[in-house]
Amino acid sequence: MSLLEISHIRKNFEGLEVLKDISLRVEQGQVVAIIGPSGSGKSTLLRCCTGLETADGGTISYTGSFGLVFQNFNLFPHYSVLKNIMDAPLRVQKRPKKEVREQAESLLGKMGLSEKADAYPYQLSGGQQQRVSIARALALNPQILFFDEPTSALDPELTGEILKVIKELAAEHMTMVIVTHEMNFARNVADYIVFMDQGVIAEEGTPKELFHSANPRMQEFLRKFEEM
Amino acid sequence: MSLQTMIQELAAGMLVSVKIFVCTLVFSLPLGMVLCFGRMSKWWPVRILTKFYISVMRGTPLMLQLLVVYFGPFFIFGIKITPGYRLTATYIGFAINYAAYFAEIFRAGIESIPVGQYEAAKILGYSRGQTFLHIILPQMVKRVLPPVTNETITLVKDTSLAFALAVTEMFTTAKQIVAAESSMVPFIIAALFYYVFNLLVAMVSEALEKKLSYYR
Ligand SMILES: Nc1ncnc2c1ncn2[C@@H]1O[C@H](COP(=O)(O)OP(=O)(O)OP(=O)(O)O)[C@@H](O)[C@H]1O
Ligand SMILES: [Mg+2]
Repeated sequence: MSLLEISHIRKNFEGLEVLKDISLRVEQGQVVAIIGPSGSGKSTLLRCCTGLETADGGTISYTGSFGLVFQNFNLFPHYSVLKNIMDAPLRVQKRPKKEVREQAESLLGKMGLSEKADAYPYQLSGGQQQRVSIARALALNPQILFFDEPTSALDPELTGEILKVIKELAAEHMTMVIVTHEMNFARNVADYIVFMDQGVIAEEGTPKELFHSANPRMQEFLRKFEEM
Repeated sequence: MSLQTMIQELAAGMLVSVKIFVCTLVFSLPLGMVLCFGRMSKWWPVRILTKFYISVMRGTPLMLQLLVVYFGPFFIFGIKITPGYRLTATYIGFAINYAAYFAEIFRAGIESIPVGQYEAAKILGYSRGQTFLHIILPQMVKRVLPPVTNETITLVKDTSLAFALAVTEMFTTAKQIVAAESSMVPFIIAALFYYVFNLLVAMVSEALEKKLSYYR
């Protein structure tokens, strides 16, 4: 069953064509990685999918709800870790407090942050903040979770802990769409990879297909990563 | 005149000064919030109107505004002014003037909140009202506390401007006693009054700041 269907999405910013006719399907349980050079429109695509931007054309249809994990976390600084996770389920979904609390505690346990329940975001490392923001997104029980470069604001040591969490979610068949610059991670975790270039999907397929693609832009992009 | 009668007379003036101070804060803070919404409204006529209002209120002397509020009803509408209107006019004049300053402080506070906070709230499903009330407002309050304290300290000293409408607040009384008794003492008491009053304002502000220091 496909949870998300994007067809013929277009988006301009003051005449600059950032997305040109993008179509994509995301199936239940699939992990889709979106890769591509800076400025190719990856973030804009996620922002259109999540309603933070309105596409100029095309349609986006969902089955179920979604969550989004930001590059720079965007935790609520005035809420404790536990309140960051519990507030939306209580206030927005109006679920019973006891149930929400149990879920939040179990999510924190899963993220290895049980002792940090009463801490405030400024007291956490970047990696810990990102794990809280993943827990916050998961607490609403979304059908799809979007990630926009969840590790690029983090030191390399902290990147690993986030990738591990995402891997665990993938093992539980969480449907995810992940914009990332971590090529090895995309290769190992994603079922499907989308390579974006200058506002179009230049190449898409399984990791195997993509990393052996003959597309010259794709090869050039991969070569840059190997040099790094 | 004995020191005690002097203090007694001054105390009556102090009470008026404190009344002006409290009334101004009570009315200008909410009014400032309303003006701030107007200033940030998505309808441009509302935006232009509040912007003009704020620039007039900040760009002309408070004393002149007090006189306009007091004499305006007579000169514009021909309504007979009663002496009892003096104090009311003072409250109105102060409130509408300080509201303009507070509006700009609030706006700066709201605009300093990173756009990511709105985006996170939107994705999590908060309504616009919930986002403002629970996510933006608490963070704004923390950020505007120092500039609001500054304005409040200015307000304490500005209460003396009520003399323009012949309201016998503390400083007016002090001047009268100085003239009648040729003694500097009332001025010293006046200075002490303002100083201690502002010391209290600073203490309250500090306590609030401390209360809000649990997060960054
Ligand atoms: N709000 C905006 N207004 C104007 N231009 C924008 C806006 N947002 C993005 N752009 C432009 O759209 C293009 C695509 O941006 P986008 O952020 O989607 O790229 P990206 O693939 O996510 O890049 P990166 O890997 O650097 O994050 C860029 O040229 C960018 O300057
Ligand atoms: Mg991006």
